[in-house]
Amino acid sequence: MTRAIRTVGLTKRYDATAVVDRLDLDIATGEVFGLLGPNGAGKTTTILMLLGLTEPSSGSMEILGLDPLRHPLDVKRRVGYLPDAVGFYDDLTGRQNLRFTARLNRIDDMDGRIEALLEEVGLESAADQPAGEYSRGMKQRLGLADALVKDPSILILDEPTTAIDPEGVAEILDLIRRLAVEEQVTVLLSSHLLNQVQAVCDRVAIFVAGSVVAQGAPHDLAAEQVGHVRVEFRFADDVDRARARLDQIEVVEDVTLGSVPNSLIATLDVGTLPGTVNDLVAGGAQIVGVRRVDDDLDAIYRRYFEKREEVTA
Amino acid sequence: MTTQAVRKRRKESETPVGGWRVVAAKELADHLYSGRFVVLLAVLGIATAAAVFAASGGIREVAQEAEEVTALFLKLFTVTTDPVPFPLIIFVSLLAPLLGIMFAFDSVNGERAQGTLPRLLSQPIHRDEVILGKFVAGLGVISVMLAALVMLVAGIGIFRLGVTPSLAEISRLIVWLVFAIVYVAFWQGLATLVSVRTNRAATSALIPIGIWLVLALFGTFIFSAVADLISPDDGAPGAALANAETEHLISQISPINLFQEGSTVLLDPEVRTTGLLTLEQVDRAIVSELNLTQSLGVVWPQMVALLAMTAALFALAYVSFMRQEVRA
Repeated sequence: MTRAIRTVGLTKRYDATAVVDRLDLDIATGEVFGLLGPNGAGKTTTILMLLGLTEPSSGSMEILGLDPLRHPLDVKRRVGYLPDAVGFYDDLTGRQNLRFTARLNRIDDMDGRIEALLEEVGLESAADQPAGEYSRGMKQRLGLADALVKDPSILILDEPTTAIDPEGVAEILDLIRRLAVEEQVTVLLSSHLLNQVQAVCDRVAIFVAGSVVAQGAPHDLAAEQVGHVRVEFRFADDVDRARARLDQIEVVEDVTLGSVPNSLIATLDVGTLPGTVNDLVAGGAQIVGVRRVDDDLDAIYRRYFEKREEVTA
Repeated sequence: MTTQAVRKRRKESETPVGGWRVVAAKELADHLYSGRFVVLLAVLGIATAAAVFAASGGIREVAQEAEEVTALFLKLFTVTTDPVPFPLIIFVSLLAPLLGIMFAFDSVNGERAQGTLPRLLSQPIHRDEVILGKFVAGLGVISVMLAALVMLVAGIGIFRLGVTPSLAEISRLIVWLVFAIVYVAFWQGLATLVSVRTNRAATSALIPIGIWLVLALFGTFIFSAVADLISPDDGAPGAALANAETEHLISQISPINLFQEGSTVLLDPEVRTTGLLTLEQVDRAIVSELNLTQSLGVVWPQMVALLAMTAALFALAYVSFMRQEVRA
């Protein structure tokens, strides 16, 4: 497996504050890598550094084996970029906007490619409308086509799913996945909507306040958690009795109502979960479902985020 | 998708030149289709036509009496006649800055506001090609408009006066046209610089327009006030002359004054200096014409000064753009 993106100790400071703090990334060719974190965590700054659009304060990076500061054009020729809140020339049509990008990339015979891309992102019927009339979601789709015009080896997407309806999100994630698998395009995407993108990412890095707090495959990250977990129990009926029962069990802390009717969320040590289930059954509770709530990235994210808030408080 | 084919085709055409041309072509198309192009062309065209009609009417009256008037055709640009209070070159010096400002005030912050700047800068072109492309396109439109206006004047002049311009007059006009383009480029450079430095298009339109209005309307008062401070006319022998010379010197920082003086010399072969002449100096001087080379010699300082100011503004705009964060 070859390496597509690598950063070592990448740091960006504005005045005294480090917006990105000693970032180490190692992304393989054909991998879909998610840079996840809240707004202002330094995701966009990282992306701008990788594109050579912002100079890092210290550290080094390699894109396809090239330093983007020394070989900016070679890097930009091979990296497609969809910026956050992407904009287009309002007076030009979607198609004309893409043609401009194609010309800047010196793509001959661009019309066929542009047509195919417009179709791929579902804009073929709006292609000849001025981009100023596009909705936010349509601009996002056009932005994706724009990033793909140059037929990139690496695709960098900053918040690709914001402002797109759920159905559109699924389509876009599907397209990303297909590019990675079929064309071996390496994808680096940033998002603050974790549950949306975790399905498509091979690996993610969770980014809080400029540093990576966790990195790995989404399910590995979830498994890393030991100690207290939150578990949602669903019952066939009579939640109150089950709640009384749960409150009696010593290892269980903090019982709250769950997300669906007839359910409870309890915080307990992961080792005591089987015993707790047995106790509930022995007490006559009719359990129809047990689910670890902390199993998704959202929870991990929340956990790190809470930790940071404790520090700052 | 024919990925391999695209990759191969691109390799063949990988030449490291010309990104600015793509930018310039797009900007040029934008300008030509824009409303402001049509409006400016209409306003300047109508104003110029009106002024030149008046001027040519005045010249017809003068020409009937004066047999000896040479370079009659160029008088269209320099003569003052009744309904219009100043000659055409002054009119151009006052209104042409608007051209430069209009085609540049939102050139960079417009990209910022539309959110197209990060996308543009992530394409395989150098950052300087963006600003160069915009500059070339703006200058192209400005040149075309100025050339069209000069031809409009010439056309009306030929029609109204029945005089065709001589070769010498045509060469003077061409040199003056180049000078006028540099003059408008100065304002274009100023507007570009402001558009790099400010985030809002309204602000970046107001700043150069403000500078233009202050210099055009109050320039004379300001320069004479400053001259009075530095070298007051206290009645001492030579003080009045010193005061006037100081004022003239200070006024040279204004591109409007530089352009007006340069234009007068370029378009009027009889003018032999831009500075002051005392009565002793003109006493019994023989009225004769300078040829173009001699006129150029007289206005060389003005032309070089204007060119240098324009170049300096562009250099500043360029440097600040190169150093700027993409997200500012």
